[in-house]
Amino acid sequence: MRLELAGVTKRFGSLVANDHVDLTVEAGEIHCLLGENGAGKSTLMNVLFGLQRADEGEIRVDGAPVRFADPGDAIAHGIGMVHQHFMLVPVFTAADNVVLGFEPTRSGGFLDREKAREDIRRLSSEFGLEVDPDAVVEDLPVGLQQRVEILKALHRDANLLILDEPTAVLTPQETESLFAIMRGLKETGRSILFITHKLKEVLAVADRITVMRLGRVVGTTTPAGSGEHVLASMMVGRDVELVVHKDDAQPGSPVLQLEGLTVTDERGVTVIDAVDLEVRAGEIVALAGVQGNGQTELAEALLGLTQPSSGRILLDGKDITRATPREALRAGIAYIPEDRQAEGLVLDMSIADNLVLDVHDRPPFAHRGARDLTAVRESGEHKLQEFDIRARSAEVPVGTLSGGNQQKVVVARELSRPVRLLVASQPTRGLDVGSIEYVHRRIVEERDKGVAVLLVSSELDEILALGDRVAVMYRGAIVGVVPPTTGRDRIGLMMAGAGVPA
Amino acid sequence: MSTTEAPAPAPAPSTSRQPGRAERIARRVTEANLAVVTVLAVVLGLFVGAILIVVTTGQSFGGVGRAYGALFAGSIFSPSAVGHAISTGHGWSAAFTPLSETFVAATPLIFAGLGVAVGFSTGVFNIGGQGQVIAGAICATYVGFGVDLPVWIHLPLVVAAGAAGGAVAGFIPGLLKARTGAHEVIVTIMLNYVFLYLLSYLLVTAPLQQPGQSNSISRTVPQSGRLPHLFSGGLRVNGGFLLALAAVAGVWWLMQRSTLGFRFRVIGSNPLAGRAAGMDAKMATILVLTLSGALVGLAGMSTLAGTDFFLSTGYGGANGFNAITVALLGRNKPQGVLLGALLFGALTAGGRYMQAHTGVPFDLTAVIQAVIVFFVATPALVQEIFRLRSAPGEKKILLFTKGWAG
Repeated sequence: MRLELAGVTKRFGSLVANDHVDLTVEAGEIHCLLGENGAGKSTLMNVLFGLQRADEGEIRVDGAPVRFADPGDAIAHGIGMVHQHFMLVPVFTAADNVVLGFEPTRSGGFLDREKAREDIRRLSSEFGLEVDPDAVVEDLPVGLQQRVEILKALHRDANLLILDEPTAVLTPQETESLFAIMRGLKETGRSILFITHKLKEVLAVADRITVMRLGRVVGTTTPAGSGEHVLASMMVGRDVELVVHKDDAQPGSPVLQLEGLTVTDERGVTVIDAVDLEVRAGEIVALAGVQGNGQTELAEALLGLTQPSSGRILLDGKDITRATPREALRAGIAYIPEDRQAEGLVLDMSIADNLVLDVHDRPPFAHRGARDLTAVRESGEHKLQEFDIRARSAEVPVGTLSGGNQQKVVVARELSRPVRLLVASQPTRGLDVGSIEYVHRRIVEERDKGVAVLLVSSELDEILALGDRVAVMYRGAIVGVVPPTTGRDRIGLMMAGAGVPA
Repeated sequence: MSTTEAPAPAPAPSTSRQPGRAERIARRVTEANLAVVTVLAVVLGLFVGAILIVVTTGQSFGGVGRAYGALFAGSIFSPSAVGHAISTGHGWSAAFTPLSETFVAATPLIFAGLGVAVGFSTGVFNIGGQGQVIAGAICATYVGFGVDLPVWIHLPLVVAAGAAGGAVAGFIPGLLKARTGAHEVIVTIMLNYVFLYLLSYLLVTAPLQQPGQSNSISRTVPQSGRLPHLFSGGLRVNGGFLLALAAVAGVWWLMQRSTLGFRFRVIGSNPLAGRAAGMDAKMATILVLTLSGALVGLAGMSTLAGTDFFLSTGYGGANGFNAITVALLGRNKPQGVLLGALLFGALTAGGRYMQAHTGVPFDLTAVIQAVIVFFVATPALVQEIFRLRSAPGEKKILLFTKGWAG
């Protein structure tokens, strides 16, 4: 099926999210939509899938203009969407999820489960999407859950599949197999609109590439006609550095030592399994791993947000295993949480207040239990300058800032204390390229000042660019610590549980 | 006085235009819209009340005018009484009686509304106002009749006992929530019954029961334990009102200027961020529920030591619950709570007068009150009815930023 968007415009108040966007996806084509967060990709997809109505412009399917009042219309026209956050019912089986909303029934309105299972098996073998129809979705790994989502769209006879950032949650190997599936779908004449911000993937799988910036289409190109550097510049609108410049690490004495650290969650599941790890002053240890393999819990245990069940955490040789978050912060840990909005910031409070969240009760920001608002405000204005936070003033609510500026507020706060160990969890997730450069530079600067850095990231590019050593986590355990020069494939295998390379 | 009935309607102009100004100064343009909605909610409340008067009493719109005139005369001032006082130079206390009654009815609502509001601001739902009012009043009564001291030491002790009683009643759910995760809504609601029946029991048991009485009535607080009247001439407004005003200022300072209040607000808005910044959310929960209980306990004390002087069954009436409404109306801000409490106090005082002078039942004021709260809670509806423009940059009007699951 051939899909055309012509002059699609969507405004939110004074903000133009999509400004006369033209886009054509040919039948049997993998078309990549590339752009930074906030470039308008998601809005465009919401318009295309009938979740939002365009203010201007036209959508044409095989040349005929269509109007989508809701996702049902879009589905009826053969458009299927795999959302970044899966829309599955965790306690249902794969088969139940696939047929949900379009259930085959026997006479009398009873569900025909056998037919559902058969449908899945047929689709599975047709497209090489192996899934056990009777598996309960919540027990499946993320990669398979994604297959269920794709099967769901195919079951509804989708001729055009929209994949919204589908690789964010996958291992490199899972990503490869997704690409194979995409190519297979293409062979059957189906079209795929692949949304991403990862340049390597675009070049690996796309037939054509459309780049968006600030709500407009900047250009359409092909992998052959471009390269990473060209695409990145189109995306950002200026020349960008793709590599992080850093000198070799000059590791000093050990700052963080983990000895057999074990954490069990409330359900009694071991989420951190006897982890031994050392991070020395002046080095960045990058913790690689597919999301959900204990990295988050490890960072939280370091900060005292969860209590380990056994093992020890030593900071500069001092035992902080039982430290409260407050004590951990005072001992010199800086913490950039993986979800800045959920854990890092109080969105309805001002930038200035957020900048002193940790030291609000200490001089000069407070005396004898009374806050000194002048000191807080002045410090806030000063930090705006120092950390290049773009805001009208330090008094505006932090929730009104862009993601990049919000992250700068977190970074500014955490680096304003005397720091011995910086724990940075997914520090660039969802940020634009400019902010990513900034955060990376700051992290390397801290390292060069002699701070020990533990970087947690699910982006392999980031791990390899920043890490002086790479520790790979799988199911709560560290499967190996390797130099960043180790091949991506090797690290990818370790992320999937394979042992240390010989 | 007894505050057993729900509060009543007020000729709202002056009381409700002020929150607009106060809040606009405090929180810029975005909340000017909140103020507008609140004012219009009051207008709508009076409008629905007017329809009810016509429908239920069969009176004409003139009857509505008379009823609302009485409501005004009973809560703010009566033109004839004031005219009389001016022309004769006598009867000033009669001219000020309506205002005095409004203040008397508002006093416990200010205390209790503040208590509920500090909880809400911290993300804690204190629904135990009724129990804490009773706990405060019981303690104040014991200290009131139990010791014989000069007034300068006795009265502060009575006040402190009221706060302490409420504080204990708030500390219990706070501790349970912090230690075991027991939801404060459930615990505080159940504690309401505990204190309600504890009071019933104590009222028929020595030493609280009035000796020689078979009725459920407590011993009486002597003069030295009573809040003094502010004016001579029989006006009932007393020192409790001044204490309540001081509490408004104190809570404002606590929440806006102190480090503790900052922690409360952070934890109320995003407990995870607070924890990651080294704040102790559990301690804050215990502290805020204790403080909330203490403020509500002062509400119980203020009616006991200010107007009633003894306890009886069902003491405190709906004050504990109306406090939730007042906090809602005042958007959890101390200034807002003050204005909300004055509005409800005026509805109570005016409602009684209206019933006595026009035969329109006092219960009408409860209906007006409920309608006001209904419209305050549904700003989109008010916006629709009055075809208000959405203020530019206006964010969603949220009454509570957190769900009940917190």
